Amino acid sequence: MKRTLSILVENQSGVLARVAGLFSRRGFNIESLSVAPTEDPTLSRITLVTLVDEKELEQLTKQLHKLVDVVKISDITEDDHIERELALIKVAAQPSNRQEILQVVDIFRARVVDVSERSVVVEVTGDQAKVDAMEQLLRPYGIREMVRTGKVAMVRGARTAPQVVREERAG
Amino acid sequence: MEAAAASAWDERHQPNGQPVGAGSPTTETLTGADVLVRCLEAEGVEVIFGYPGGAVLPIYDAIYNHSSLRHILVRHEAGAVHAADGYARATGRPGVCLATSGPGATNLVTGLATAYMDSIPLVAFTGNVATSLIGRDAFQEADITGITMPITKHNFLVQRVEDLPHIIRAAFTLATTGRPGPVLVDLPKDVVTATMTGFRYPARVRLRGYKPTLHGHPRQLEAAAREIAQAKQPVLYLGGGVIAAGAAQEVLALAERAQLPTTSTLMGLGAFPPDHPLWLGMLGMHGTPAANWAVTHCDLLIAVGARFDDRVTGRTDRFAPRARIIHIDIDPAEIGKNVEVHVPIVGDAKKVLQALLPLVEPKEEPAWLAQIAAWKSQYRLRYQTRSDEIMPQELVDRLAAKAEEHEAATGREVVLTADVGQHQMWAAQFYPFRRPRSYINSGGLGTMGFGLPAAIGVQVARPEATVVCLTGDGSIQMNIQELDVVRSQRLPVKVIIMNNRYLGMVRQWQELFYGRRYSHSALEEGPDFILLAQAYGIPAARVDRPSQLDAALEEALNHPGPYLLDVRVRPEENCWPMVPAGGAIDEMLGVEEATGAGQPAPVQEVRT
Ligand SMILES: Cc1ncc(C[n+]2csc(CCOP(=O)(O)OP(=O)(O)O)c2C)c(N)n1
Ligand SMILES: [Mg+2]
Repeated sequence: MKRTLSILVENQSGVLARVAGLFSRRGFNIESLSVAPTEDPTLSRITLVTLVDEKELEQLTKQLHKLVDVVKISDITEDDHIERELALIKVAAQPSNRQEILQVVDIFRARVVDVSERSVVVEVTGDQAKVDAMEQLLRPYGIREMVRTGKVAMVRGARTAPQVVREERAG
Repeated sequence: MEAAAASAWDERHQPNGQPVGAGSPTTETLTGADVLVRCLEAEGVEVIFGYPGGAVLPIYDAIYNHSSLRHILVRHEAGAVHAADGYARATGRPGVCLATSGPGATNLVTGLATAYMDSIPLVAFTGNVATSLIGRDAFQEADITGITMPITKHNFLVQRVEDLPHIIRAAFTLATTGRPGPVLVDLPKDVVTATMTGFRYPARVRLRGYKPTLHGHPRQLEAAAREIAQAKQPVLYLGGGVIAAGAAQEVLALAERAQLPTTSTLMGLGAFPPDHPLWLGMLGMHGTPAANWAVTHCDLLIAVGARFDDRVTGRTDRFAPRARIIHIDIDPAEIGKNVEVHVPIVGDAKKVLQALLPLVEPKEEPAWLAQIAAWKSQYRLRYQTRSDEIMPQELVDRLAAKAEEHEAATGREVVLTADVGQHQMWAAQFYPFRRPRSYINSGGLGTMGFGLPAAIGVQVARPEATVVCLTGDGSIQMNIQELDVVRSQRLPVKVIIMNNRYLGMVRQWQELFYGRRYSHSALEEGPDFILLAQAYGIPAARVDRPSQLDAALEEALNHPGPYLLDVRVRPEENCWPMVPAGGAIDEMLGVEEATGAGQPAPVQEVRT
């Protein structure tokens, strides 16, 4: 199943290599990844989506915990959380169909951030489904280029991302 | 019994492992190299195994004529890291090695991986090119932190001289606490030549992401005690973690209280008295029939500091198939990694067992113990001697007997190091290891070339001990240059070559699984090891008749200095029993050859 992990790490060079290396070395895949410093400049947050079963998830989080630079791991998949991706989509647009494209963009509450004679660049933000749908609808016009971020996510409410339970449980 | 008297390390460290520290900040101006030396002194490091080169010349200059820090010049950086590893395995204290940038650093790789697989505390220092040159393919530049990421517990690339004290303290903390392991510190040349004032060695460092769990969860301990109380056919399975934690006494107490038949991995040998009625011998690929059958038929398996390695379990679905499993380990990631566990206990083996012992009621399962006793006596490992050839098992057996006599006569404990191959497995089967840290070999990585440099490290750590390196005619040639360290340091290491003219273990696999097609596994006559030893100024002898063996071993063990003994053994002998890779551990090949007992063991069902 797809899991969204929010990993707090030391903001130090090489940390991403350690995390990514662990995934490839132990045979886990990374479906999406985003990294940036947090409100505390000594820490970075990695938001990562991976496809694992229950047992693999346990092994993965335990292995991640062994990395000295990993401070905290939260699996926020089951928590009520907000998730967002951002995509920039360059669409081939002629004067004849530009209006139509703008309508589609409007319906999605996306924005046009650049216009040229033969193209428009659309910025869309939302969960994965929304970004996927936007892409589908723009496809018929001809997508010339697309860049898409990994997912970022945050737990709703006043609470911050909870620590994955490290205590062993009896089976 | 634990090794050695109080060392510089012990004097420099409080019982909680923190160094006494270097006190208040100094006002001197120190170079990075000086800082490194001060830090090592503050840690109580007494010896470094190293090899110089351009990037570490400032460090070598700082230790020139330095009396408190002993440096041993190896002849290959692989020798440095294996010697530091041997030092650590013999004492439990961190081994320290030093290499230059580029090829010096990459020559450490196999040794770091060796230490990592067996959880050995090491701190390796490497030079690197100046920070301004990093990333430019400068002369002798290698991305050693990148290269060693998967084979170190952690590594550091030091960017500023001011960071050195903190990073070095962190490196020693990480290497020696929790699940021990190798840590590498990469030192760019400008960092070791830069200067700083106000040096102070911190007693403690804060590592936000590092909090090893030492004490078992009370509820889990109770659950474990209940499982032990209910078990009818329990087995205790020990790994290297027992030795790392110094938990041999606690293990024995638990085994005796609940009358637990006890087996161990290769890394756990020495943690349990080999003459004890509860001792089953080693388990796994070359384990004893008693150990493998006991595990197969047990209803409770208590694993302590062991990691269910494939050489131990064989097919996991046939490993302890009916057993409830208690797994005690300091590394939570080991629990549930290879087999499903019913009672996981994360913690230091010694502390967990100390807490568990009072919860366990004395008990005994006579039927199970009788079954075990029957297996043990009927399927004891033996070998047939011959009058014309020395049997390889006979070499181990006689070495053990002579070592015992030597210990009794001289009071010097014998520590055995081994290389990798048949000789390593025969030693595991036929040599009774009576003390923790008395069998030093590469288990997890199986690194040929480990034995001789490791013996150097052991001998440096324990000058009072008689250190024997039991090696193969193949393995010895992988780091034979270290004989020159034996010579120059006047280390009384005894090298005993089990010379079968083959890469014996490879030949055995080819015999069994590749239709006797001995593709590139014959070493033929090999070099004249006697002349080689003499080239290094080391006395040597060769024996090939059983009748000469005892006297030759006595001579080797009792010789006051280093000695090399080339023992010609029967070449095409196999190490039995053997579980084919991926097979079930109760389906061993060669039980009859190994024990003389032809019948498969009677199986006793678990009563539920
Ligand atoms: C560095 C390294 N290369 C290759 C191997 C594979 N290997 C395992 S045992 C063995 C043969 C060792 O021969 P020898 O040292 O003579 O020991 P023997 O088995 O004959 O006792 C080899 C090549 C290894 N373990 N390590
Ligand atoms: Mg050989």
